[in-house]
Formats: sequence, C-alpha cells, structure tokens
Amino acid sequence: MWKRHEKFERHSLILVLGIILVVSIGGLVEISPLFYLESTIEKVDGVRPYTPLEQAGRDIYVREGCYVCHSQMIRPLRDEVERYSLAAESMYDHPFQWGSKRTGPDLARVGGKYSDGWHQQHLTDPRSVVPESNMPPYAFLAKNDLDYRNIGARLKALKAVGVPYTSDQIANAKTDLETQADAFASETSDLRKRYDAKVVQRDFDGDPKRVTEMDALIAYLQVLGTMVDFRTYKAEDPENLR
Amino acid sequence: MAQPAHPSSDAPFDAVALYVFTGVAALLSLIATALSPDPAFRFHGWVFSSAFVLAFCALTVAINSGRLRSNGSRYADGVIRAGVIATMFWAIAGLLAGVLIAAQLSWPRIFYFPELPFLNFGRLRPLHTSAVIFAFGGNALIATSFYVVQRTCKARLAGGVAPWFVFWGYQLFIVLAATGYLAGITQSREYAEPEWYVDLWLTVVWVAYLLVFLGTIWKRKEPHIYVANWFYLAFIVTIAILHLVNNAAVPVGLLESKSYSAFAGVQDALIQWWYGHNAVGFFLTAGFLAMMYYFMPKRVDRPVFSYRLSIVHFWSLIFIYIWAGPHHLHYTALPQWAQTLGMTFSIMLWMPSWGGMINGLMTLSGAWDKLRTDPVVRMMVVAIAFYGMATFEGPLMSIRAVNALSHYTDWTIGHVHSGALGWVGFISFGAVYCMVPWLWKKDRLWSNALVEWHFWIATTGILLYIVAMWVSGVMEGLMWREYTPQGYLANAFVETVSAKHIENVIRTIGGLMYAAGAVIMSYNLWRTVRMPSPEKADAQAAGTPAPALAAAR
Repeated sequence: MWKRHEKFERHSLILVLGIILVVSIGGLVEISPLFYLESTIEKVDGVRPYTPLEQAGRDIYVREGCYVCHSQMIRPLRDEVERYSLAAESMYDHPFQWGSKRTGPDLARVGGKYSDGWHQQHLTDPRSVVPESNMPPYAFLAKNDLDYRNIGARLKALKAVGVPYTSDQIANAKTDLETQADAFASETSDLRKRYDAKVVQRDFDGDPKRVTEMDALIAYLQVLGTMVDFRTYKAEDPENLR
Repeated sequence: MAQPAHPSSDAPFDAVALYVFTGVAALLSLIATALSPDPAFRFHGWVFSSAFVLAFCALTVAINSGRLRSNGSRYADGVIRAGVIATMFWAIAGLLAGVLIAAQLSWPRIFYFPELPFLNFGRLRPLHTSAVIFAFGGNALIATSFYVVQRTCKARLAGGVAPWFVFWGYQLFIVLAATGYLAGITQSREYAEPEWYVDLWLTVVWVAYLLVFLGTIWKRKEPHIYVANWFYLAFIVTIAILHLVNNAAVPVGLLESKSYSAFAGVQDALIQWWYGHNAVGFFLTAGFLAMMYYFMPKRVDRPVFSYRLSIVHFWSLIFIYIWAGPHHLHYTALPQWAQTLGMTFSIMLWMPSWGGMINGLMTLSGAWDKLRTDPVVRMMVVAIAFYGMATFEGPLMSIRAVNALSHYTDWTIGHVHSGALGWVGFISFGAVYCMVPWLWKKDRLWSNALVEWHFWIATTGILLYIVAMWVSGVMEGLMWREYTPQGYLANAFVETVSAKHIENVIRTIGGLMYAAGAVIMSYNLWRTVRMPSPEKADAQAAGTPAPALAAAR
C-alpha cells in the first residue's frame, strides 16, 4: 500500500493536483452552502444600506483599524443575550467587522447609547472620559475635512458587490452626505425619503461649518445596531431558527 | 566567471525579460501615479515607481557587467544569503513593533500621540502581525525553501534571475503592505489587510515563486520528491488559493486605493476565517514543518523517524486544516451547522498535528545527547515542543464551551504567541543558525555561548508572555460573565481593562526579551559571517551528494 504513494513522490504535478483536491473539499462543503441556503440570513425588517455619510464613517472605522480591538458581534450567552446579533444586521457589510478581539467593548449596538458630544470627547481624548481606558486618541479626525469626492463611486462599487443602492441614491450621494451632517436640514429631506425616515440628521462633531471625518465616524457609530426594531423581531419563529 | 568582450551582447534571456518588465512597470506606475485623484493611491504609486526605477537601474548595471549568467553547476545561494539577512532584519523590525504596541496597551498616556494617526494601535497592530508573519516568516520560508529544494533535488534553482525577482518582489510587497497600514490603506481583513493592487502584485510574485520551486523539482536528479518539499508545495499552492478567494474585491476606481469585499456579513466572515485559519495552517504550519523535516535530520545526522507517519500526517493535516476556520466564529451569526463542523475538524486536527510533532521529536532517537551539547538542536526541539503544546491548546479552545470563555480575550493572543514565538520563531531561528555557516562556508557559528543566551532569554520571554496572557484572558473572560446575586452584571467593561494592567506590563517585558534574543542572534550571525573561512572551503557543487537526504526513505 505504501508503494502506491510513489506516484505522488515521483510526479510533481500529481502531487500538486492531489494537494489542490484535498484542500478544496473542506472549504467547498462549509462555505458554498452559505450562498444558497435561505436559512443563512434571517428575515428581518429595517436593515437598509448605509447612508453616504454613514458609509464614509464606516470607511474611516476600517481605515483606523477599529476592528482590531472592537468586535461587532454579540454572542447568545447570558451576559450578552439581550443584545444578540443577527446575520441580517451585517448583510450589507463589505467587509464584515465582527472582529476577533475585545480589547475594547463590543460596538454592535452602540448606536444611541451615548451622545454625539460624548463620542466627540471620547474619540478626541479617551482618558478624559474613561480614565482607565487604553484606547488611542483620535483628535485628528475633527481636524481632517472628510474626503468624499468619490462617495458616488464608492456606493457604485458597493452596488457592484450586491448592496441594493438605487441609481437615485448613487446620483445624489454627495448631496445626501452633506444633508445628513447639516443641523438645519428639513424634517422631510430627500435623504430621509431615499433611505429611511429614521435617518439621524444633525451636526455630529460640534463644528457645523465643516463636514469632518469625526462627523462621519460618529454618524456611523450612532447607526450601529439601531436599524432592526427588536420589539417586532421574533427570534423563535421557525424561519429564524438556524 | 570571465568578463565577455561585448558585455551585453550575450545577456541571458531571463535577465533581459526582467529588464524589459521593470522598465515597462516603472513607466506604467509613473503614469498611474500622475493620473490618480487619490492621495493614498499616489503615495503607493511613488513606492511602486521608485522600486521599479531602482530595479531597472540595478539591472542595467548587472546585465552590462555580465554578472547575471547563471552557472548551472553550482547552487544559487546568493538569493538565500539575501533571504537570511532579510529574515533577521524583518524579525527585529516586527518584534519591536510588537513591543511598541504592547507598551501602548500598558502605558497609553506615554505611547500615544494624538496628532500622529499612523502611530495609533489600530494601524500598528496590522503592521506588527504582517511584519512577523509575512516579512519575517515569509522570508524565512522563501529562503529555506530555496535552500532545501536545491539540496534535496540536487539541482540549481530554476529560472535564472527569477528567484531574485521573487525575493525583491516579495520585499516590495512587504514595504507596500507596511506603509499602507501606516497610511490607513487597509481592507481590514485580518492577515490580509493590503488593498487590491498590492494583492495583485503579490499574486504575480507568488506565481513566480511557485514556478521557480516547481521548475527546480522538474530538474531534479533524485527520483523521489523529498518530504520537506511536499510541505513547501502544499504551503505555496494553498496560500495561492486562499489569497485569491479571500481578497476578491471591487475597487472604487482603477486609480483608487479603496475597494469593497465581494462578500458581505456572514459569508464574508467565514471566507475571511477560512483564509485566516489556514494562513496559520499552511503559512505558519506546513511551511515550517518543511523546515523541521530538513534541518532537524540534517543537524542531528539521523533519518526522519517514520516515513509512513510523514505520509499519513501530511495528507491528513492538509485535508483537515481547511475545515477548521469556523471555530473563529463560535456563537456568532454563522449558522450552527458550520460552527459544529469547524469544531469537529479542529478537534480531529490534534492527531495529525501530533503526528508531525512525534515525527520531528523522535528523529532525535540515538542523538538525544545533542540536546545538551548543541543549543541549536535544543532550540529546534523546544520549537517542536511548543508546536505540540499550541496544537493541543488550539483544539481545546475550539470546543464551543471553552471558546465561549476564551474568545475575544487575551487567551487567544497568548495561544497565538506560543505558536508564533515558540514554534515559528524558534524553528526559523534554528534553521537560520544551521544555514549561515553552511551558506558562508564557515565550519561553525562564531559563539555557541551566545546561542545559549539567545535560547534562555527568548524562552523565558515566551513563558512570561503566554502565562501573562493566560491569566489576563481567563480573568477578563470570567469578569465579563460575572453576575451579582441580584442578577446584574458585576463588572463594567473598563474594569476588565484596568484589571489587566500588570499582565500587559509582563507581556511587554516578555516580548522585549524575545526581541533582545533576536538582536543577540543577529550579532552572532554577523560575527560568524566575518570569521575567516577554513582553508579547504570548497563550494558544494550541484551534483555532489548531500548527506542525510535519504532521510525520508
């Protein structure tokens, strides 16, 4: 029987093909069903694509490597259970930000938990709010103007990978972004018509004259976990058992 | 090597092809840099352009001096010597980056700078992980694989200047990745952070690497492919597959640095951890097992313990590893059937892992005295022991109930470092300690005493590191789930942060000790290279039998 292994040892291409075959099986069995099994993602109302400002903030979250210390995935353990994360909540997240380490707390439901002013102060100097914290300071975010020259192209790229942005939303990405950071935007703005009536419109960073990176990041943090209305989500429904 | 009359008239084809390639690439990257509206993209455009212009100039000189004609009767060792130097350089750089970010978590008031975004933890941590995994580990793998494949095939590296292209192309990848993280150019996929155009560049380099490696095997004068080469091949081929799938993304524009992953949410998470865990399995395990299979028998002058065990453990290891990714996603929104499969295979993985450990350790049969007399052998044996420990701890942590406690905590960080510092670091150091006297034609290392110092300082450092992380990880895990008798959570999150302060400090000290060991090693190697060579230093020609190669039979 051991003699038969000679084939692999004498023919490098047979060895390479053998390796490819053997390492492919596991991935195919585990990963491909996730794309066609309907039960993979729950049926849930409320999850919408991010607004341009939120998406720009998310890009900053990615840029600064926040995922390195903050997860966005709450596990169904007793101490986390009231805040269980759903697969649907990250169905438009390219890439996902579930994270793997909690040097800081989970942020999956941080939206609305603190005021904008708290976030602004905390990001500028974390230890002025939480003395024991070892989070890096992000004072520079408030100084940097948000670079959103290509925000339309960004939404378009997201549409190409499956986020259902409409052509209307892509065409108005710049205006929508500015509207969301505008403290005096109308209650019935086009931004809200295009996305959701609950979209938060205000000046996030305490500097109404400019749209800064701080505006975008806080807008993103404030929407995290607020899209799904958990009073109407029924975890025990058969269609939601996974 | 005689100087030709007309230096460039008979330049080798491979060198000319590379010459044309770097020229065209320099031109293209200059044009792309000039046209891009994105400052981040322009920054990397300049890095690309400078690299290609430098390469073009260097090739102009090299081709004209006639230096690039390869002598088929000798092994190509120049590129390996360069690889050894790069390995030690990146080891120290990556370890110091680790010490710095450990210090940031210990003393945030001292080591953070509010106006310097590129020195924040979120940007430096990927720099540290990539520097140690891909820069240090990757260079060690490329250098040793080039060494081993030539000796075990009794053939010179294939492709003429192609191995040099692989070496410098890979260094360019490292520089692009590292500067990208500092500048905030990242996909945020752990251990695959570089953006789409850097991924494409790595793909080009990797394909060249595979072809050089396979081409050398095709030229072999031995009928059998030696076991170390199976592991190197599995590492190269599987990393290529993982890299291509995991980095599938749509760029915002052809001249923009930003891209978005082709996958979202739950699918994205599993693909990322299918990649992430097998970066451990194939980059940090299979490749380094190949080192073990060559340098261990060679150093102790004994055959590999069991040929059959190496067959069984090779195929079962690569088959089972691929399944283990979902254990990174226990209790998440990933469907439970996938979590269960991942856990089951992770536990099964214990056996092939220990098969490899036993095969490595038992190779010492009849030469156990070398543990006492040769500190390099001791280092490799301790590496294999850490491999055994980490591959026992891993399956344990993949059990859902254990994972509920360990996940998101420092325990994971400790586990990773017992594998990285203990196994990957020590087996690489062992291989480099073996190779340097062989490559520079010396009969021994400059100082065995310094190897002893390196070994003991680094080993103590590892133990301080992992014990501190076990303590802080289990402690914070327990604190997160602690309830008061009234049914409220007992601890605010930040209380777990302040509770870990002393462990963070111990971890910093342990890391510093490990880095100090690498510095001592580099000094020792430098002195070794500067020693006078022994009189009869005959260059080992390709074709002369290399000892201990019947090892696997």
